[in-house]
Amino acid sequence: MNFISTHLLSTILFFPMLSAVIMMFLPKDENKLFRWFAFAASLVPFVLTLVAWFQFKADQPGFQFQETYVWYEAIGSSLHLGVDGLSLTMVLLTTLLTPLAILASFNVSDRVKPYMMLFLFLETGMLGVFMALDLLIFFVFWEIGLVPMYFLINQWGSANRDYASLKFMIYTMGGSLGLLLAIQMIGVLFGTYDLVAVYQRWNSLEPGSILLGMSIHTVKTIAFWAFVIAFAIKVPLWPFHTWLPDAHTEAPTAGSMILAGVLLKLGAYGFLRLVLPLYPVESKMFAGALALLATAAIVFGAFGSFGQTDFKRLVAYSSVNHMGFVVLGIAAAAYSIGTQDATLALNGAILQMFNHGLSAAGMFFLVGVIYERTHTRNLEEFGGLFPLVPIYGGLLIFTSMASLGLPGLNGFISEFLVVRGAFPILTVYTVISMLGLLFTGAYILKGIKKVLHGPMNEHWAHGEHKLTEINAREVMVMIPLMALILWIGIYPMWILNVINKAVVMLF
Amino acid sequence: MNFPVLSVITFTPMVAALIILMLPAQRKNEARAVALAAATFALILSAWVYFSYDKVSAGYQFIEQYSWLPALGISLHFGVDGISTPLVLLTGVVMFTGVLISWGDFDESKHLSAGIQDRPREFFAFLFLLAGGVFGVFVSLDLFMLFFFYEIAVFPMYLLIAIWGWIQTREYAAMKLTLYLFIGSVVSLVGVLAMYWLQYKNTGVLSFDMLLMEKAGFSHAFQNIWFLPVFLGFAVLGGIWPFHNWSPDGHVAAPTAVSMFHAGVLMKLGAFAALRVGIMLLPDGAKYWSWLIMIFAGVAVVYGAYIAFVQTDMKYMIGFSSVSHMGLVMLGMSTLNRNGIMGASIQMFSHGVMTALFFAVTGMIYDRSHTRQIPELGGMSKVMPFATIGFIIGGLVSMGMPLFSGFVAEFPIFMGVWQSQWFVAVIASISIVITAAYVMLAIRKVFFGPLPEKLEGHMTDVTILDKVAITTLCSFMIVIGMHPSFMVPMIQTGVENVLRLLGGS
Repeated sequence: MNFISTHLLSTILFFPMLSAVIMMFLPKDENKLFRWFAFAASLVPFVLTLVAWFQFKADQPGFQFQETYVWYEAIGSSLHLGVDGLSLTMVLLTTLLTPLAILASFNVSDRVKPYMMLFLFLETGMLGVFMALDLLIFFVFWEIGLVPMYFLINQWGSANRDYASLKFMIYTMGGSLGLLLAIQMIGVLFGTYDLVAVYQRWNSLEPGSILLGMSIHTVKTIAFWAFVIAFAIKVPLWPFHTWLPDAHTEAPTAGSMILAGVLLKLGAYGFLRLVLPLYPVESKMFAGALALLATAAIVFGAFGSFGQTDFKRLVAYSSVNHMGFVVLGIAAAAYSIGTQDATLALNGAILQMFNHGLSAAGMFFLVGVIYERTHTRNLEEFGGLFPLVPIYGGLLIFTSMASLGLPGLNGFISEFLVVRGAFPILTVYTVISMLGLLFTGAYILKGIKKVLHGPMNEHWAHGEHKLTEINAREVMVMIPLMALILWIGIYPMWILNVINKAVVMLF
Repeated sequence: MNFPVLSVITFTPMVAALIILMLPAQRKNEARAVALAAATFALILSAWVYFSYDKVSAGYQFIEQYSWLPALGISLHFGVDGISTPLVLLTGVVMFTGVLISWGDFDESKHLSAGIQDRPREFFAFLFLLAGGVFGVFVSLDLFMLFFFYEIAVFPMYLLIAIWGWIQTREYAAMKLTLYLFIGSVVSLVGVLAMYWLQYKNTGVLSFDMLLMEKAGFSHAFQNIWFLPVFLGFAVLGGIWPFHNWSPDGHVAAPTAVSMFHAGVLMKLGAFAALRVGIMLLPDGAKYWSWLIMIFAGVAVVYGAYIAFVQTDMKYMIGFSSVSHMGLVMLGMSTLNRNGIMGASIQMFSHGVMTALFFAVTGMIYDRSHTRQIPELGGMSKVMPFATIGFIIGGLVSMGMPLFSGFVAEFPIFMGVWQSQWFVAVIASISIVITAAYVMLAIRKVFFGPLPEKLEGHMTDVTILDKVAITTLCSFMIVIGMHPSFMVPMIQTGVENVLRLLGGS
């Protein structure tokens, strides 16, 4: 136990990967074994994250549980891990959603072993981004997470998966080229990639000095946009969002859960961890542009969602809509960093990241549940299913309401905080976004209506197509999500306490 | 340590070639067994050299010197430094895996004829002659000997391609390759002779010894004139644009093991000799011309990737991707700074194992499907899952994915380019996305999806020897990617030496 307490983060980080490697040597065709092995292996990081959560001292500034290992000495990069309140929240989200996603995919029967292995690799990739305190390590995990996701979509996705997976891959890789180049430039400049050192030196560069034949201001502006574009694609921010509906729609259910639940947060996390601390001046200067894009994402995301006939695409566009609020909060904070309003907005943004992780994962899972039974996602082919599947209907309405932002559930708290924080700072954008919120209500109600209410589609009522009720395993996936949704909705202090202290100390 | 390990490594393949030739022609398995034994022996010795190289004292180690033609100042002078030691290991690895995958699998009832079934005795003899030449170039500290082994390495390529190659283009490709490389080496040779005579004029010493030539103090004007012929003459073999076009043709026509050698090791020979003779002996000329090399390399990186993207033949695709990746090696060298040269040296090793793996898997597929056309293939993961994983890992290395060796190599190259000409880094980085696109498209089409009807029934899994070869190659790519310290500190010592000659930059 002593080893684990001194190597807590690296154990959480590498345990899934090691388990995947061990899994490779398990006997063939034991699908049940693979499933339970992967599930158990993903529970261990969750338990350890809980240990970290309770040992975490929220009042203490700086990063905790730090570990440093030699990685690539020659270019000044080391495996430097550590968490603060912001990253610990995200680590918790990741380690919580991965076991649920694995549990959700117990019905996968095609090539179970590689499927489960890819999920475990994916978990390590995502956790690495949240724990990295070294720019290069951040990039390493940022990129490597793409590979398992690509294969999950490409191999286990639905009809149009080839197009969607390649688009996802190329979009994200192309977007991170600028990030790669900017990171290289920073590394060349300072001879180290360590985040703590880079924060200091980057901001203490003389404003008038010349770099690469340009003024430091120009260089920083270009590097700022290189970072922003890479993260904006991942979030995704309008107009960089077009990969998302395709990837979400074609991915297998559990893949969509992780994609919406965690991968989108990587982009927002990048804004908070790198863009705001590294480019405070540029962030303030371009906060208006970011807010404009965020507002566009909120409004167009809602419109886009409302216009869908495909249930999964509807949920996918809702992610664009909800993540827009995260970026709106970040933009507001960037504009007036250090003020009370900025703190509120950031609290909201980070909580919204966590909340969207819960509700989007839940929504995608419920879409997957009904898709698996009906083999269609077309909203026109459903209708009036509530009497057939009352439990499912209850869960769907509950999760939808969380997504809609009903007071008492988690979405309300975070969206309220964002809007409250952003209102005095970016009044016009906030007002437009709130109008966008109306359409959020519209599309969610449309989704519920088309699936559960109205005249019953008799096709699903009798015979071989008779719709079966959600089963116990599937309910088990939903219970932790719904419990957290409700808990944060009623008593958000337990998590806001950690987030708020991190925000106050960071910015 | 008095054991002459470098000359044993160099002459093991040559002696083995002789032994193999003495076997009766129909004893195919015996010829293969002798080849495998010799390759294993060479691999063990090169691994031993790699692990016992002393990184603290650095410099040239395992030095041996025997006089050969004292009147002209030629001696058999062997030694390795931090840059050539990994390349010796690379040659050992490629030789070992090349023999493994050439063993093949023969089953008349299934029309299966994988590996080399036609005259394996002669094939292995020529292949080993080539391997001996390659080892010789990497360990030579004498310019004459370097040339001697260089030509020994090039010549068997002609026979190997012309006799065992792809029937449709083998004669054309073999001729093209040989002419290109001989012209290149003759141009370099003229430059080397000029250096030899000028050294004699300056110091009164007649010697081809590179360690002496480093101190010869060639004038700026002399270096500026002779750097380009010397560097480019060797760089032709490194596949530098615009002299690359023999290379994809050669890859396509060559039998699998020869393609592995060609892309995996032979192209490194060109880059290595260009570094050792061009940059290290004519450092001022290198500084003067580095902009031109950078342009050539930059074009090769992007253009090679783009041409690879439009190929439908797997081997052409890999061939042009080699042009692109070797362009990165040249790009790193042209920066003349620590990061760039270090990255270039790692990239030589990384690309060597990666492309050897690519060609090996392509060969396994071709031997069973008799086509290399990407659109005609599909569903290979169902019949050869192991090879599929190998190819995917190779693909990830090729794309420069982190945690694989390609990233460890390419990242410092780009850092070096940032330090010298930042906009070249921006342009060259486009190749990363193009590479990702063609690699992913090829993997998807060849290995996944349905198996074409035409191929159903007679596709078999790869043999256990093939699996050993794939595992060996993959493990290097993963180990270096996860744990760069496996190779980087050694290469750093070699790079310091280059920087010292460049006047410490």
